[in-house]
Amino acid sequence: MRVPVKKTYKLFVGGKFPRSESGRTFEPADAPGTNVARASRKDLRDAIVAARAAQSGWAGRTGYNRGQILYRLAEMIETHAASLVDEIRACSRKSQAAAEREVEASIDLVTWYAGLPDKLQQLLGAQNEVSGPFFNFSTVEPSGVLCAAAPDAPSLLGALAVSVPLIAGGNTVVLLVSEASPLVGLALGELLAVSDVPGGTLNLLAGQRDELLPEMAKHRDVNGLLFAGTPDPELGAASADSVKRVRWADLPERDWSKLDKLCTLHWARPFVEVKTLWHPKAP
Amino acid sequence: MTASSHLADDIAVAPVDAVALEARAAELSTRSIKKDAKRRGLELAISMTDLTTLEGMDSPGKVAALCGKAMRPAPGLPSVAAVCVYPDLVAQATKLLAGSSVAVASVATGFPSGRTDLALKLSETRRCVEDGADEIDMVIDRGAFLSGDFAKVFDEIAAVKEACDYAHLKVILETGELATYDNVRLASEIAMRAGGDFIKTSTGKVSPASTMPVVLLMLEAVRDFYFDTGKLIGVKAAGGIKNSKQALRYLAMVNETVGDHWLTPSRFRFGASSLLNDLLMQLARLDSGTYQRPDDFSKD
Repeated sequence: MRVPVKKTYKLFVGGKFPRSESGRTFEPADAPGTNVARASRKDLRDAIVAARAAQSGWAGRTGYNRGQILYRLAEMIETHAASLVDEIRACSRKSQAAAEREVEASIDLVTWYAGLPDKLQQLLGAQNEVSGPFFNFSTVEPSGVLCAAAPDAPSLLGALAVSVPLIAGGNTVVLLVSEASPLVGLALGELLAVSDVPGGTLNLLAGQRDELLPEMAKHRDVNGLLFAGTPDPELGAASADSVKRVRWADLPERDWSKLDKLCTLHWARPFVEVKTLWHPKAP
Repeated sequence: MTASSHLADDIAVAPVDAVALEARAAELSTRSIKKDAKRRGLELAISMTDLTTLEGMDSPGKVAALCGKAMRPAPGLPSVAAVCVYPDLVAQATKLLAGSSVAVASVATGFPSGRTDLALKLSETRRCVEDGADEIDMVIDRGAFLSGDFAKVFDEIAAVKEACDYAHLKVILETGELATYDNVRLASEIAMRAGGDFIKTSTGKVSPASTMPVVLLMLEAVRDFYFDTGKLIGVKAAGGIKNSKQALRYLAMVNETVGDHWLTPSRFRFGASSLLNDLLMQLARLDSGTYQRPDDFSKD
């Protein structure tokens, strides 16, 4: 009898798949019997270093190119849809049909955001009318390095919904995938690795929210946070010291599967900075 | 042939066991240094740093900023050991650092290649010392060394040492170009016997620069030279040391190879530019418990 080769669920940091530096693993609530790498504070630190190193390169690409790369990610998800369905089902009670719907919605979400990067300037920037012989432009720039935390469910669509809008805006992201069902979130790394997304642009950690979210809030080299869940004033206070922008994705459970709630500018807008330029008009 | 040339020919070194050297260096990288020991180590590393700027685009403004930071990296922390600049900026650095404990070091002798004639090397050295340099970082002639003309290397070091007058002489071996550990050991031996006060790994312009096995080998050469002659020679690891973790590994290696006597800025140095900021960031993290942001620390 052949012994099946089971996949080790590892983190995805800087384009590589490390185990936790701590050597720790955990058994997710929704996938008992599976050991998943449990990220530590130092893994988070390493991921933020990787994200910072990748930031200027990612932001320096044209919006058009970022859109192409995100579209490539959608293609990869489509190609690997069957295995993602299996992974969703391995850590949830979803039916085959429901898991397939989640993967299809995920592809549609990534495709929608693939169209956004080269339109952000038009949508969020402006040419302003001013009193004087000047051109006045408001231009859009990424915030920088962001940390995000996915909801527990839906584990694939939720992970993409809190991270893809951010990278579409030119940010690099450290994403904590679903704590209860991390398998499909970590499997996303295998698709990122083959979809031209530069290493460090989207980093994936699995582990405990209680352990990692406060560290994300405190870390001074993080520019913003997008956490799924109800607002926690303590995390807000911890973020204030380094003047981070904090947003809570506090959606009712049913809305996490509705693309009209997930595919809007509402998710990308808080994580770009608007810079206004004055330029003299020729006489 | 001069008398000193005969000395150079007499220098023989035992072959280096490369496997054992690299294994020992790797083992010395595994020491765990935490909490109070870490803080002391980081502060010691600051006091051993030669804060360096050796770019073609160096300006008086950059040197002024560097000197300010060298004297007072952050409140409550020690000054660095020295500021290391090109010869034309020595006079300015001397003026800015007057009255402080920070020394002025200058590279000389046709840095970084060393490919000029001896008269030019000596006049450059004298000019640096006249301008106030306390330490001269000379490069050896790797062309001569690799072609087997050890006497020329020896004589040049001896002549530059004489030109240094009261200034300390650090001899840069540029280990990245010496190709073998045996050559590093031999070059170390020549530099020490010819009168170098320090032996230094690299210019920072050649890759690989400072590595753990190479510095371990140089520390062993220094230790054996001490047993042989009773003279204490310093070691400077320069180039490629960018973060606190690496610096602490080097300190553990110094401690376990040559001992406490070398854990002082007068016998061990780091030649670095970006290392200082990482040391400051790690100390700030120990104080606050929060990972720091590089943008909060001045770039120069």
